Formats: sequence, structure tokens, C-alpha cells
Amino acid sequence: MRHYVIAGILVIVAAVLTYLGLEALNLLPVAASAQAASIDWLWNWEVMTISFLFALIVVPLVYSLVVFRRRKGDTTDAEHIEGNTKLEITWTILPLFIVIAFAYMGAYSLAETRRVDPQAMVVNVTASQWAWSFEYPDYGIVSKELYLPVDKQVVLKMQSKDVIHSFWVPEFRVKQDIVPGRVTELRITPTRSGVYKVRCAELCGTSHYAMEELVIAAPDVNFMAWVAEQQGVAAAAQTPESKGELLVKTNCLSCHTIDGSKLIGPTWFGLFGSQVSLSDGSTVIADEAYLAESILNPSAKIVAGFETQIMPAFTIFTEEELANIIAYLKTLK
Amino acid sequence: MKKMKPIVRGLLFLLVGAFVGYGVGLGLDVLVGGRVNFTASIAGYFSLLIGVALFFFGLVGYRTITRGVTWQIFGTLGGALFVTGIRAIMGLKTFVPPFLFTEPAWVFGGLVGVICFILGHGVADDWIRMARGVDVPEHREDAPGWEKYYSPSLDHKVIGIQYTVIALILLVVGGTFALIFRTELASSGLQFLTTEFKLFNQNGLQFYNTLMSLHGMIMIVSILLGIAGLMNYLVPLLIGAHDMAFPRLNAFSFWIAVPAAVLLLSSLILGGFDTGWTGYPPLSAKAPLGIQMFFLGVFVAGWSSILGALNLLATVLRMRAKGMTAFRLPIFVWASIATSIIAMTATQLIGLSFQMVMFQRLFGMGFFDPAKGGSPVLFQHLFWFYSHPAVYVFILPGLGVVSELLPVFVRKPLFGYKWIAMSSLAIALVGFLVWAHHMFTSGMNEYLRVPFMYSTLLVAIPTGVKFFSWVATLWKGKITTPMPSAFLFVVGAIVVFLMGGLTGPPNATVSTDLHLHDTYWIVGHFHDTLFGGFVFPFFAALYYWFPKATGRRMNETLGKWHFWLMTPAFFTLSLGMMRIGLLGMRRRIADYDPLQGFDATHLVLTIAAFAIALSVLIFIINLVTSLKRGEPAEGNLWNSRSPEWQVASPMPAHNYDTPFEVVGEPYDYGLPGSKYVEFAKK
Repeated sequence: MRHYVIAGILVIVAAVLTYLGLEALNLLPVAASAQAASIDWLWNWEVMTISFLFALIVVPLVYSLVVFRRRKGDTTDAEHIEGNTKLEITWTILPLFIVIAFAYMGAYSLAETRRVDPQAMVVNVTASQWAWSFEYPDYGIVSKELYLPVDKQVVLKMQSKDVIHSFWVPEFRVKQDIVPGRVTELRITPTRSGVYKVRCAELCGTSHYAMEELVIAAPDVNFMAWVAEQQGVAAAAQTPESKGELLVKTNCLSCHTIDGSKLIGPTWFGLFGSQVSLSDGSTVIADEAYLAESILNPSAKIVAGFETQIMPAFTIFTEEELANIIAYLKTLK
Repeated sequence: MKKMKPIVRGLLFLLVGAFVGYGVGLGLDVLVGGRVNFTASIAGYFSLLIGVALFFFGLVGYRTITRGVTWQIFGTLGGALFVTGIRAIMGLKTFVPPFLFTEPAWVFGGLVGVICFILGHGVADDWIRMARGVDVPEHREDAPGWEKYYSPSLDHKVIGIQYTVIALILLVVGGTFALIFRTELASSGLQFLTTEFKLFNQNGLQFYNTLMSLHGMIMIVSILLGIAGLMNYLVPLLIGAHDMAFPRLNAFSFWIAVPAAVLLLSSLILGGFDTGWTGYPPLSAKAPLGIQMFFLGVFVAGWSSILGALNLLATVLRMRAKGMTAFRLPIFVWASIATSIIAMTATQLIGLSFQMVMFQRLFGMGFFDPAKGGSPVLFQHLFWFYSHPAVYVFILPGLGVVSELLPVFVRKPLFGYKWIAMSSLAIALVGFLVWAHHMFTSGMNEYLRVPFMYSTLLVAIPTGVKFFSWVATLWKGKITTPMPSAFLFVVGAIVVFLMGGLTGPPNATVSTDLHLHDTYWIVGHFHDTLFGGFVFPFFAALYYWFPKATGRRMNETLGKWHFWLMTPAFFTLSLGMMRIGLLGMRRRIADYDPLQGFDATHLVLTIAAFAIALSVLIFIINLVTSLKRGEPAEGNLWNSRSPEWQVASPMPAHNYDTPFEVVGEPYDYGLPGSKYVEFAKK
């Protein structure tokens, strides 16, 4: 009986010390998201249970090794104890309840991390070997870094260009693989301003280690300032040619091509500055005036071989847009 | 030449062969690539193969294993040339740099090479004779001396030792790989595996990934062969059989693993691969040629596992001694049964999943290619359906060793024998229902995560039964003093495996796993389970049964050095890994962010890894020197009730001269006048 009392006390002491020691170590990085809170709650329960079970096994084991040794000169065996069915049933049933409790807590905590805010801001994430790209469809921005407003849920809609990657910011805790051919989702509500890093967690080839990018969580005002700055940068980056390209892509390419092949209308590849044969037998140099006229009033000069095709007049463009389109056509060589 | 020791001659030949092979390969590479490339894969490949062939030639002459390896070389070349010829007729590319042959040619060549090894080595000779209608004697005597270990011996004890030795060799190879990349990780920034580094057509980063990936699979194969070694050697002795049920199949199971190991290692040279041992597509569908050799190697090693398990189950079912009923089986046999059930029925799935990626690469079948309607996540399901239960294949025999040795050293019956026996079966069966816990972040149907959390946590219950029963066995025992090395390793196994067991549930509860998945925490956790479930018990078993196999004892002083160096070093390693994993250290990265502040810990981890390597070196020195100079083992060394210790050591050729009958319980220590077995009078 004495042995049971001593070992029992030691188990409790060891369990408490183990738990306090582990707590003092600050096992997890700072929690910077709402999702982290429910995960850390469960983790703390687990550390407590682990500390107790560790003590429960190791203390009697070490105690036995020290106390229950065969004395020198003793050649006899120990007491013949074969087992104890009641004890075996106890340590089968009790753990069963514990694991069911933990499974329940696990499901609850998982549900907490999945809590949906219908107002969540969408960010489209594209992962590739070995880079991240973040698109904010609400603001028309594409960014290399992920900038997030604090206390607002963001839903990451993630796609991969090549192999499987995984989005993980340790301070946010939650992790989600990005699988080629599908869109996977992850919801994060940053709660703490700071500079973190997203680190690809799924092995994605030789430079997997380098697939890290800055993640900045900041108050909403800072975020909006950042958005405005990015939009300014985006606008400044636009040239007449790039604006023209966008107009052409949305309006013209169902009939014309830019690679030299023939569609319904003539191709635009190498058009600017070339000699164009018209249906009436004459030729004309394709200069700015000719191109503008052909857009605004297509039937004025019809290209030889395209007599049967009738192109509608595109009077919808503003003066500036027309100039941008022509600027773009000049680049097609 | 005649007076030279065979091993010295072999090593000399190895050098010559490696040199000649390197020259031949370099020449071929110049022919195809048009320039001299000293780090070419082809040169390395020929260097390895011809070196190994000549090594065995020096050792045993042109017989058995030498012939096997030689045939494997010519078979590989022949198979590759055959496919190349067909490609030439079809007007496809034939010889291409940097690997000389095209990928289909290498894969077919690799497969033909394995078949040729078997034919050349002679392990299938009896079957071929039977097929031709020639009479084959039921029993075949072994070659004398060392040669039987290179030959297709039918004796389960020889095969057990063959398995154990090759497992130790692979343990050393896999450990060396780990030391190389552990050195690279000692501080942040690329040290020597840089982008300028060139070897076997890989730069430093690629080489890091190859080593890291191969460390995983080489160790897994080493463990599979190690447990096969223990089960092969021990199970027939423990149940009183004169051999395994199918001795020829047993020999085949071992020898097929040899060319498989060669294939696995050749992936290092043929361009390597950067996918980890899990080989997830689409990454593995794009990886270099090495991945195909890896797939093929694992595929072939799987045959060994399946056939070995089948043989073991048949042996236990049909060949037990008189009176050995289910609950009088030695506990290690129960563990072997549980392991074999898994190995026999689940190994097919890893073979299948790897084969499907192989075919996706060779024939453009789009199983896992989203562009062709395939699913990358499907692969993970197929893969983990084996690879999770496989973990229980690795650990159950080790836990069986712990349960088997504990009563002997504690001088007390195994507490709750039936519960421990049934807990092994329970772990094996529940193990089939938990695979998707490896996929909580994979993007599979999210509602599946909850049922898999429940099933995974259930594994804790039978595992807990084992721990509680072990502690109850120790309680109020009379522990043998001074504690022999074998017992120290048993205790070490319990504590280390406890660490692995306790760090498991946080990975099972989904939400915490979202943080833990793919970090160093996981790496620390599974090194705990595998050291506790395999490495420590394996060493315990070797210290315990070495005298039975060789007739000599191992040196106890060196054994204690081994234990007291390895145990603290290993705790430092695994706890350090878990520590930085929780703080954000990812798995499988060649370099880490210095801002995370992990440099100091990584340096400690590297030192700990080298300390473990040193302790294993001490073990191997002990093993080799004890073979010749160990203290002779006489009588019942450990005062065990088990039948194998009631007869002389080393074990006689056909095991027991007279059959025994089971007349009592296996672990009734402390019950006066009781016996487990009684031998028949001559």
C-alpha cells in the first residue's frame, strides 16, 4: 500500500510540474487570428492530458526500476501476478471516454475555425513553383504580398498553377492545401497587427523552402491606404498600348486575329504601315487615318477578299480609346 | 592472391570495379552528350553496379549473389536496349543525354534486371526444375561457412540473419543520408548543397531533396526487412516448427528485396527525385527519372513484404507445437500475426498507387492529372490506405519484443497477456480505418475529417492497454540487476514510444492538426514512434538473441555505451524537432528563414544526430568483434521459459532435435514447479 501512496503522490507532482514546465516554454507562436484562439484552446487541454498521462506511465516505471530490483544474491522470481481483469477493463473504458471527449472537442474547435462571415473579403490566391500571387477582385489589385485588415474575415480562394502547395501562416495556425484543378478555401480573421510570413507547407519541389512571402495584418485604415496606393500604382503602370490591348481583347478578337491567321476579317499582324489591296483594285497604306476610318466606318474601304463580310461600325469608342487601339495595333509585328 | 582475406579482396575489387565502371560510364556519356561531364549519372551508375558485382566476386567468386548482380546488370542493359530498339523502329528518340536511355527504356530495363537477378542468383532454380518435371529433393544442405549467407539458403535462421544484416546495412545507408542533410541544416543559408554543387546531374538543392526523400524510403525498407528478420528467425523457434511453411518462398521473399534495394539506391544516381518518400503527384509526375527507379524499387520490395507475411501466417496456423493453443502462443507471435495481416492485405495499395503514377508518366494515363480529369487527392487516399497501416507493421513486432522480454527480466508474468495479444489485433484492424488523418488539410471532402478523427483517436485505446500492462508488469517485479543492455533497450523503447504515443492525439484532432500538419512536430512525432516501436526494440532483440544465433554474447560494456549515448541524443533530437515544429519550422525544407531564430536548435539537432550515429557505430563494432571474440554463451542465458533457450546455442541446424509439447503458460514466472514446454524423450 505504501508503494501506491508514494507513487500516486509522485504522479501528481510530476504531472503538475510537466504541465507548468511546458506552459512556461511558450510552445506555440503568438496567436494572430480568431481561428487560432479555438485551436489553442484545444491544444492547451491536450498538453494538460499529455502531461498527466506522461507522469502516469513514467513515474511508476522509474519507481519500479529503482525500488523493485532483485537484491544481491536473491535468485527467486517475483510474486506470481497474472493480471487483473477489472483493472484492464478500467483502463480500456476510461480512455474510451477521454478520446470521445477529445473527438467532440476537436469537432467543435474545427467548426469554430470554419465559422463563415458572409461579409468576408475575397482574395484569390495563386500558388506556383515557387511564388505566391494575391488578387483582390473587389479592388482590382494584384499583389505579391498578402495585406489584410485586422478583425475582418478574409476568404482565400486558392488555385495552383502546377503542383500541390499549402497555405500556412504559423501565427494564424490554420492550413489548407492548394490542389491543381480545383479551388480550395481558407477563412482567416486576423486579430493582431503584425508582419508574418506565409510558408508553403506541402513539398513542392527543389525550392520549396524558398516559397515564403510577407503577410501583413494592419488596421482597416492602413489597409484602405494600401489599397489606394496599389490602385495608383496599377493605374500608373497602364500605357496606351496596354489599355488598347484590353479593348481589342474584349471587342475585336471574335473576327480578327493578331497572329497572322485568317478569321472572319483580315488579320492585324503586321498590318500597320503595310500596303493593303482593296476590293476596288486600288491599294492604300495602312496608316493611322486608314485604321481609324476602318473602325468608325468599315464599309468606306473594303479589303480585297472580304467583300462578303460586313463589319458593323464601332462608333462606341471615345477619341482616346481609338488612339489606344491604334497604338496597340502598331505593336503587332 | 590466395592468402588474402576474402573481405579485403572484395573491397579491393570494389575499388577497381568502381573505377572501371566510372570510366565506361563517362565514355558512354561523352558519346551521347558530346562533352565530358565528371558528375554524370551514367558514370556513377556503372561505377556502382560494376563495383558491387566485383565486390561479391572477390568475396565468393562467380557464384550465387555475384552471378545475380552480374545478371541484373546485363538484364537491365538488355531490357533497356530492347525498348530502345523498338523505339528506333517506331522512329522515336533512342539515346538521349543525360541518362543515355529514355525513361521507358530504363523502367523496362529495371524490371528485366530484377527478374534476371532472381534467375542468375538461383533462388528460383528449384521452381524451374519442378516446372520442367525434374525431381527436386525436399531438403537442400547449405553451403559451408559464410557462403550460405550469399546463397539461396532455405533455413529460416539463415534467412532471418540475411534479413537482419541487410536491414542494418540499409539503416547505415539511410542514416548516412540523414547525416549529410542534417549537416546542411546545421545553420541557415545554403552551406555546401548550393546551386553550384553538382553531382549525378543534380544541383545542391535537388540533391538535398533526393537525400531527404531516400532517407525516408530506405529507412522504411530497412525496417520492413528488420522486422522480417526478427519474425523469420524467431517465430519458427518460438512455436517449435522446424522451418517456415514454405522455405523456397521464404528465400525468394528475401532475395527479391536485394535487387529492390539496388533499384531504390539507383534512383539517387539517375537524377534523383524531389517528392519525399510519399511521391505525391503532380510533383512526382514531373520529377526526374530517379522517381521511376524509386517507384519500381518500392513496387518490388512490396512483393517481399506480401509473400513474407503470407508465409508467416501459414507457418503460425499450421506448424505450432502440440498444445500451443491460441492463448499459449508467445506474445511476439501474436504481434507477428497482427503485422502480417496488415502487410499481406494492404501493401498492394502502395504498389498500385506508385504503379499508377508510373503509368501516368510512361503512357500518359491521366489518373492523377486534373487536365485529363484525374484527381491528385485520389492518389493520397490510395497511398495512405497502405502507408498508415504500414506504421503499425513497423511497430507491432517491436512492441511484441518489449512484451516478450519484459517478463524475463522482471521475473514476473506478463500482466494481462490476453489483453496485450488482443490489443495488437485491435491496433491492426482499427489501423485500416484511419488513413485519411494524413489528409486533413488535403482538400478532401471536409465532412470526412470528423469520422476519421474519431477512428484515429480510437487507436489510443489498445495502445494505452499495452502501456498500462507493461507498467503493471514492472510493478512489484524483481528486476534483474545489473540491468543487461537488452533490458535497457526495452525500457528505452517503452519511454520513447510513450513520447510518440502521447504526441499522436494532437495530430488526430483536426483543428490542432491544421497547425501541426507538415511541420517538424510531425517529424519529431514519427521518429519517436519508429525509434520506440522499432529501433530500440530491434537493438534489444539483437542483444537478447545474438547469443542464440551465434553462440557468443555481445560485450555488455559497449552495449551500455551504446544505450547511454543513443537515448539522451535521441530525446534531444526528437524533442528539439517538435519544439521548432510548433514554432513554425516546416518539414522537408532545404533551408530555413534565419528570422525564425532556429539556428541554435538546428545546430543542437545536428550534433545529436551525429551522437546517434556514433552510438550505432559502437553497436556495429560490438556486433563484429563479438562474432569471433565474444564470451561463449552457455545454457539458459537469461533464465527464460521460452523453448529456444532450453537447447544449445547456436541453434542446431534443424532447430529442435526432439519435439516439445506445451504444458503451461508462457510467462508464469514465480509459479513454483510450472513449465512452459516439455521436450519429448529421445
